[in-house]
Amino acid sequence: MSEVNKRYMEAMTDSSRDMVTIIIDGRMIKARRGENLLAVARRNGIDIPGLCYHERLTPIGSCRLCIVKVKGKGIVTACTTFVEDGMEVVAFDDELEEMRRDLLDLLLSEHNCDCMTCDKNGECELQDLAYRYGLTSEVRTYPSIWGKIKPPKDDSSPVLVYDASKCIKCQRCIRACSEIQGKGILSLVNRGIMTYVTAGLGIWGESECDGCGECIQVCPTGALMEKPVFTRVRIFDVDKRVISTCAYCGVGCQLEFWVKGGKIVKVRGHNGPPNYGSTCVKGRFGWDWVHSPERLRRPLIRKGGNLVEVDWEEAINYVVKRLKEIKEKYGPDSIAGLASSKCTNEENYLFQKFMRAVIGTNNIDNCARLCHAPSVIGLKMAFGTGAQSNTFEELQYSDVIMVIGSNTTENHPIVASYIKRAVLLNGAKLIVIDPRRTDLAKMATVHLMLKPGTDVALLNGMAHVIVSEGLYDEEFIRTRTEGFDEFLRVIDNYTPELVEGITGVPKRDIVKAARLWGKAKRGAIVYAMGVTQHIFGINNVLAIANLLLLTGNIGRGSTGIYPLRGQNNVQGACDMGTLPDYLPGYKEVSDPKAREFFEKAWGVELPDRPGLTIPEVISAILEGKVKALYAIGVNIALSCADRKRVIEALKKLELLICQDIFLTETCKYAHVILPAASLLEKEGTVTNGERRVLLVNKVIDPPGDAKPDWEIIQMIAKGMGYEMSYEDVWDILREINKLVPSYAGITPERILRGEGVQWPCPTPEHPGTRILYEDAFLTRNGLGRFHPVDYIPPPELPDEEYPFVLITGRILYHYHTGTMSRRSKALNEFSREPMMLMNPSDMVKLGISEGELVKVSSRRGSIIVKAISSIKVAEGCVFIPFHYSEAPVNELTLYMYDPKAKVPGFKIAAVRVEKAPSAMGGEAHAE
Amino acid sequence: MLRSPTTSEYEVIERFYRAKDVMFGGHDYRITVGVSTCSMAKGAHLVLKKVEEEVARRGINARVVRVGCNGMCFSENMVEIIDHEGSWAVYAYVTPERVSRMLDGYFSGSSRGVFAFRVKGGSLMDEERVPYIYEIPFYGKQVRRVLRFMGIVNPLSIEEYEALGGYSGLKRALRLTPDEVIDIVIRSKLRGRGGAGFPTGLKWKLVREAKGDVKYLICNADEGDPGAFMNRLTAEGNPHIIIEGMIIAAYAVGASKGFVFVRAEKPLMADMLARAIEQARDKGYLGREILRRDFDFDIEVILSAGAFVCGEETAMIAAIEGAATARGGRCSPTPRPPYPAEKGLFYKPTLVNNVETYAQVAYLFQAGLEDFISVGTENSKGTKVFCLAGSIRYTGAVEVPIGITLRELIFEIGGGVPKGRRFKAVQIGGPSGGCLPKAYIDYPLDYEQLKSLGAIMGSGGIIVIDDKSCIVDVARYFLKFTVTESCGQCTPCRIGLRHMLEIMNRITEGKGTEEDLIRLERLGNVIAKTSLCGLGKTAPNPVLTTLRYFREEYEEHVKQRKCRAGKCMKLRAR
Repeated sequence: MSEVNKRYMEAMTDSSRDMVTIIIDGRMIKARRGENLLAVARRNGIDIPGLCYHERLTPIGSCRLCIVKVKGKGIVTACTTFVEDGMEVVAFDDELEEMRRDLLDLLLSEHNCDCMTCDKNGECELQDLAYRYGLTSEVRTYPSIWGKIKPPKDDSSPVLVYDASKCIKCQRCIRACSEIQGKGILSLVNRGIMTYVTAGLGIWGESECDGCGECIQVCPTGALMEKPVFTRVRIFDVDKRVISTCAYCGVGCQLEFWVKGGKIVKVRGHNGPPNYGSTCVKGRFGWDWVHSPERLRRPLIRKGGNLVEVDWEEAINYVVKRLKEIKEKYGPDSIAGLASSKCTNEENYLFQKFMRAVIGTNNIDNCARLCHAPSVIGLKMAFGTGAQSNTFEELQYSDVIMVIGSNTTENHPIVASYIKRAVLLNGAKLIVIDPRRTDLAKMATVHLMLKPGTDVALLNGMAHVIVSEGLYDEEFIRTRTEGFDEFLRVIDNYTPELVEGITGVPKRDIVKAARLWGKAKRGAIVYAMGVTQHIFGINNVLAIANLLLLTGNIGRGSTGIYPLRGQNNVQGACDMGTLPDYLPGYKEVSDPKAREFFEKAWGVELPDRPGLTIPEVISAILEGKVKALYAIGVNIALSCADRKRVIEALKKLELLICQDIFLTETCKYAHVILPAASLLEKEGTVTNGERRVLLVNKVIDPPGDAKPDWEIIQMIAKGMGYEMSYEDVWDILREINKLVPSYAGITPERILRGEGVQWPCPTPEHPGTRILYEDAFLTRNGLGRFHPVDYIPPPELPDEEYPFVLITGRILYHYHTGTMSRRSKALNEFSREPMMLMNPSDMVKLGISEGELVKVSSRRGSIIVKAISSIKVAEGCVFIPFHYSEAPVNELTLYMYDPKAKVPGFKIAAVRVEKAPSAMGGEAHAE
Repeated sequence: MLRSPTTSEYEVIERFYRAKDVMFGGHDYRITVGVSTCSMAKGAHLVLKKVEEEVARRGINARVVRVGCNGMCFSENMVEIIDHEGSWAVYAYVTPERVSRMLDGYFSGSSRGVFAFRVKGGSLMDEERVPYIYEIPFYGKQVRRVLRFMGIVNPLSIEEYEALGGYSGLKRALRLTPDEVIDIVIRSKLRGRGGAGFPTGLKWKLVREAKGDVKYLICNADEGDPGAFMNRLTAEGNPHIIIEGMIIAAYAVGASKGFVFVRAEKPLMADMLARAIEQARDKGYLGREILRRDFDFDIEVILSAGAFVCGEETAMIAAIEGAATARGGRCSPTPRPPYPAEKGLFYKPTLVNNVETYAQVAYLFQAGLEDFISVGTENSKGTKVFCLAGSIRYTGAVEVPIGITLRELIFEIGGGVPKGRRFKAVQIGGPSGGCLPKAYIDYPLDYEQLKSLGAIMGSGGIIVIDDKSCIVDVARYFLKFTVTESCGQCTPCRIGLRHMLEIMNRITEGKGTEEDLIRLERLGNVIAKTSLCGLGKTAPNPVLTTLRYFREEYEEHVKQRKCRAGKCMKLRAR
């Protein structure tokens, strides 16, 4: 990494810098030593012009517009000058202004001044400066020369267009690509006036560019623009620009939606936590599904086998009548509710209240069951809560980051960008534990490519080395933890030799990783589904927690645990109690005191037995115990393991209520379908992975008669005879403020002011909590607890008949069951078809050629997909994403789950791969 | 001997004969053939081959040695025959065809065809009719220090270099403390020979005092100016003098690793340096505990990918790092400060000096401070190697005391412009330098003087321009060079230079106006003042200096549509 970068980072991260006084144009100004002079000047209202400077990027001083005179140094660029005590600066005098005019004049001569028809008109920084300096075409000195150069235009990317004739070579895009996103795909080519920006080897569409659009976000001119979604649009054409939270993953990026004529026409990243303006390709370009003609617009009731459009009154009456009948006939526990981690906190709160207070059952679960249930339980056991301990951005300043079972670049791209910044800019060491060669593995200091499902052995093995080399934090263990001795006894067995045998990871790599981790000053562990989606998911989580406690890397800045959440409101849904064993705020349903508290608040008696989890609901349906299912925004027909079994269950239901935005695979079995507003069409809050409660703004109106989920739930509750009269979502949040202590201070007023507060936040005056466990853990006695865990072999291992390990997961361009992303034009241009990644040498062994259709079978079923060779998967492994209904990979997965967390073991199944019978034709599908 | 060679060269000759064993290797004769990249274009390697063949065929007991060039480009190819008696005959203009006749003549005892003698030992008849090499103005007017072994020593033999006094400077330096070494360099008033003329000792001091667990040293061998080739010549003819200087510098500043950044287009130069480094390592001059002192240092050769701008130190550092992030995805200059001395390669304190500077350091410590400061000006001591090119009778690389006049350099050493032409101007310092008219040829050549005249010392390229050349066209040529070599990242250099070129094109095409001249000056000044790096800051110099000194020629172009040299085809000649 270049010294400029490092120097910049050094200056930015050094908080101990003292205040100094400088003089700019005769004004005394206070600033921190080493601060960027341009930033200081601008902050104080001295508007020095500049085009290449961007607050998030290393300054390079290439546009030269911010030249100032510094006493003793002569003419320098302010953006590359660091503040020193007593510095005397002339920012404006005739000579400087004259030179700036000349420089701008030069830039304009190189620029295709096509403002009349340029999409950037109105927000172009070059245009603004030309206006400010009055550079009308008559007064310009230099004739236009861009036409002579014939600058190229590259529109090969699915999402953006680069027009070199409008490029001022400020390199913001190049720096953003490498410094913010850590990708480094862009570069300048050619020399002198022929210089322009290219991606990869010259063609944008063929480069590694994944379309995040960070380059567009920072481009000061119209050189880099989004391809129009519905219509071309300039900033002043739009009706409104609304800031809201992204509806995809659990990072909770803040986005600015541009709306024209009721349609979302453009998306920009909003500059604030957690993303500070960055987005991924889905966040910036994956929104056209909102306006899809396939959206559900009217309630539907199945009549004589067909779904028939009805009005809301009829639909609600039907739902109420059927629910009452079933509750009467089979009892309240014959009804189960599935909540969505994609709905707001208010809606999740309301839904669990509905199930518990109105139906009278604890059979309420949310889709976190399929992802982070082991974290919720495991981390609660070790630390006292299941939440992420620190904020995402702190990862930039960690010195050792361990990424386990997370393809962060594809699934949580913004988190990956922070990890990459730590490695590329701050020299952090990166340990990647993954059976796949993920993108992050490429920049890892050490990549432990373990056999799938052997995480506990590996983590114990690392702990063994750390202990035997004395690299553990004795003081921390003594004062802040318990259970260490017991832990020692267990890890004692896990010698590197033994662990090498189990995991397939060379001993020296285990030792190397252990030493790195043992010496970490600010170590953080990032993990995701590769850890939790196992039948021993909790053990995996506990083994990770042990490593954090062992080295004292928790409870401080840039340390801690990062269980990356898949849905944007996994954290909130769990906080709100859409869990069968927890009331809101993680109060156990079996705790009479807790029940009493809520009984008083809700005015009803509450069931005391924990309800059923998603996998248990499915079993209970098959056993005839559950008769009715109310599913909001979950698509278990595609997302649950052993799909055949799930579908069998769905078919068996007496009543299936699906409340959704599209006619999903699950809706096909519904008796009644209630059209819901998407996250962009309603208000409320969601809680992102870092416990930050974020505003969900209404960007557009829902299509047709679709309604926000909370309104639908309230209508049904009223029909069932329970009094609910929330005027708006903020009424619900106020109720949450009263009932959930950690949300007590997160009031509607603060949220609507745009504050993103992190819980716990006990009072409206409390700033929120950036770091958990600073003084004590949230366990009963305040101590972190070691939980020794032993390695358990995965339940299904490859054999002669099924020789490959199937790993399922997601890819960057699609999201979960594809309900949203597969209806996005741009995302589908990046990736359209079901596919399987296989190691090239396995492809050769099986005689499969690139792109050939193959049949993948397990003991439970088979699907047909396209085979793509990739060294990202090890020999003996294959990877298939679960986005595709035409090739539902959960046909193959195993119906076995963690005994406590009940998460299915999505990550490992033994499969066979063979050439697809040619009769199958060209289309990939399920058999 | 009509004119004595400099002290230093006397020493070389004396040492040469004292080290006969090394030099002759038991043979009766030593025959050297000067071979370097440029002389190979004239067939030097073929001459070498022919000499080897003929010596073998005739059964002459001679050691045939490939040496570098001695800088007399105009007289290539050079072959020298030395015997034990002290006759040292220098042959010039040797082609493969003439080798046989040359040997016939020599071994028949005739001094016919001998160009000059280094030493006359009486072995040949009529030796006195042939001049000493020191009597030839091109050679004799020089003060050869960096170049003193050139054409004599076998560049691939560290033993020969040692025998002639090489590495004695290093040994002397290592007997001093680093601070004492720096003190000597400061007192020597040696200034950076790469062009900018920053006091070398001061730079060393800055690096020595900079905080850093590791320090680096870079030798800038990315010689890219058209018409400048002294660095290549030195590295090809005597690479050890550069290595020796680098080691002394490393010891003084506390660097543990050094890099020589060489253009990939100069493979012979890179190869010579790499082999010399290997030899020095074998001899214990590089590696761990050099000369049994607590001093570790090693050198690596890095090939430049061939961008002119990579001769700029910050761009060069980026190129060596191989890290192109935040530099436009490639190796482009970055703003200074931070200066490399403080935060350079890999963000560590780094000493960057030019090839010639290191070679001067080696000489300084070989010959001693007193000898070193015996020539030069008040502010700048020692010698500078210049390359004479363009319209000049004797082209080549010459080493002269700083402060010499252009007249001496061009008219005495270089022999003036060829017959039938008249001196018009001289471009000093390559495309970054300036064009000076005849009026200034009696000014002493030193850093300040040149700067005040709008030129720079640069790497030392001297291109003589005669009256057949159009000054506008010459300035345009240099401008075109920088326009194509601009890295393109900063506004004034990328766009401004191109506009200057457009105007220059217009003028040479007869479409220029008087306003164009004003525009050129204004734009040139903006570019010089606002550009990010040295390339842009100095690129307008050729145009600005010609506008300053040859304005009437520009005015003829724009007012009378006339090009007095007849170069601009669209204009009338008279």
